[in-house]
Amino acid sequence: MISVKTTQKIAKTALWIAGLSTVAILIMVIGYVLFEGIPVMSWEFLTDKPRKMGSKGGIFPIIVATVYFTALTLAIAAPIGVGAAIYLTEYTREGRLTRIIRFGTEALAGIPSIVFGLFGFAFFVILLEPVTHGWSLISGSLTGATMILPTLVRTSEEAIKTVPVSYREGSLALGATKWQTICKVVLPSALPGIVTGVILSIGRVIGETAALMLTLGGSLRMPESIFDPARTMSMHLYLVALEVGTQEATKKAFATGAVLIITIFLINTTANWVMKKFITKMS
Amino acid sequence: MNYKTKEKIYEKILLISAFFSVITIILIGGFVFKEGFPTISKIGLIDFLLGKEWYPTKGVFGIFPMIVGTFAVTIGALILGVPLGVATAIFLAEFAPARVCRIIRPAVELLAGIPSVVYGLFGMVIVNQIIMHIERTYLAGILKPEYQRGYSVLSASIILAIMILPTVINISEDAIRSVPREYKEASLALGATDWQTIYKVLVPAASSGIIAAVVLGMGRALGETMAVIMVAGNTAIVPDSIFAPVRTLTGNIAIEMGYAAGDHVNALFATGIVLFVIIMVLNTVATYIAKRGVSQG
Repeated sequence: MISVKTTQKIAKTALWIAGLSTVAILIMVIGYVLFEGIPVMSWEFLTDKPRKMGSKGGIFPIIVATVYFTALTLAIAAPIGVGAAIYLTEYTREGRLTRIIRFGTEALAGIPSIVFGLFGFAFFVILLEPVTHGWSLISGSLTGATMILPTLVRTSEEAIKTVPVSYREGSLALGATKWQTICKVVLPSALPGIVTGVILSIGRVIGETAALMLTLGGSLRMPESIFDPARTMSMHLYLVALEVGTQEATKKAFATGAVLIITIFLINTTANWVMKKFITKMS
Repeated sequence: MNYKTKEKIYEKILLISAFFSVITIILIGGFVFKEGFPTISKIGLIDFLLGKEWYPTKGVFGIFPMIVGTFAVTIGALILGVPLGVATAIFLAEFAPARVCRIIRPAVELLAGIPSVVYGLFGMVIVNQIIMHIERTYLAGILKPEYQRGYSVLSASIILAIMILPTVINISEDAIRSVPREYKEASLALGATDWQTIYKVLVPAASSGIIAAVVLGMGRALGETMAVIMVAGNTAIVPDSIFAPVRTLTGNIAIEMGYAAGDHVNALFATGIVLFVIIMVLNTVATYIAKRGVSQG
């Protein structure tokens, strides 16, 4: 029979090991990709066109396409997400209506991205082909927008809820209408929280691949309008690593992975910084 | 226009925004069912679900291997990922000094943010190489040659286990932290050690939250596509070993959608229906468990 004290010691050690293993796994994944990728990630790689399906040259048009795609997706999703959050916090009490809306939002959050891809393919690429020109930036962005909507609604809702009721009462007491109160008092106070949510969605948009394989087209060329097909960095990584698959191509895939990791790291850091400012301001 | 009319219009616009998610989920369900239904009605639901053969060129569509494959890699991911995730959550909530928390939390956050293709690339190049080495050095006599390439249930499970860690850790930690302080204090006051308090008081009290975390992690593993395609080998055969190559439902759609035509496209949408239904059931279970936890707490 092991004594209580020994069990306690063993358990504590095991939990320390678990915590440190999690960090070790992260360091291993990120460390390896950066270690392989950064030496290939030269200035030429970032500013040159891809050649031979991406196994030579750089990823400049793909970086540009990723930025276009992200901006377009957020331009579609952010107003709807924030609007939904305002409605849920300012205009309704909890009831059957909010239950339906919340169910929809939660269900949407759980759907696998490949199913969004199937939907985007059937709806935006095939059915709306005369409008979206089939596989294109706009088809991909519309699909992506539906995917990030739940996150945007939830984070914006939380940000709006932190605005003290006294702010609203003060504004209403001065004779402002409800809409004026929302636009001039509630939203400005909640803005950093909303911005944090938007920044975090950028990360999700950049990392998305499966749904885009069926909607974005995958062209290596620089997109000239929202109706052109394109590919994002994540898609490029996959296509280069798996469908080209040579040793040279794998190196380029690692470099693309390194660019992605660095981008995500910068996004997380910015989001945390904005959030910290927000918290100090509110308290 | 007077301000009252304007206010009404704004409210309506916001109401429509709020309903967007509901509309989208109906559209997704509608489109996937509409496109996939012809296959199911032609082949029959039972033959489609339990058919062991998938030969799109001959018009034979049975997704049993992919259903087994999906559950095999998901269960593998849970076996590897849940103990580590829950232990890390307990560590963060109970033992970790503030300084260590400040390292682990951003690490977990970054782990959640890394695109799945990056995990796939890591798995393809590192995990698969290691497994291939093991297969060829220690198991060469036992395994079939096609089971010695590294692409396997095991490697997919390892990568998915890493990918579900953030979900499991974050939700379990919240659950453990939300156990009322009095529970812990009472236990300690009765002379229980930290560890006894954790496994006899805190973990049972947080159990519904922890189960919800596991179910959500499961949802993430079931739905993951790219990382799995990159490491699993994607053979549409029922896997009979953890070293067997495997294809999942998500992988089936992603790999073949690029060149499919005619009936084949419908069969892939039908695969999507199965995936959609599995996920909806799972989410309902998760919501139910989470709610039960709240009403208990």
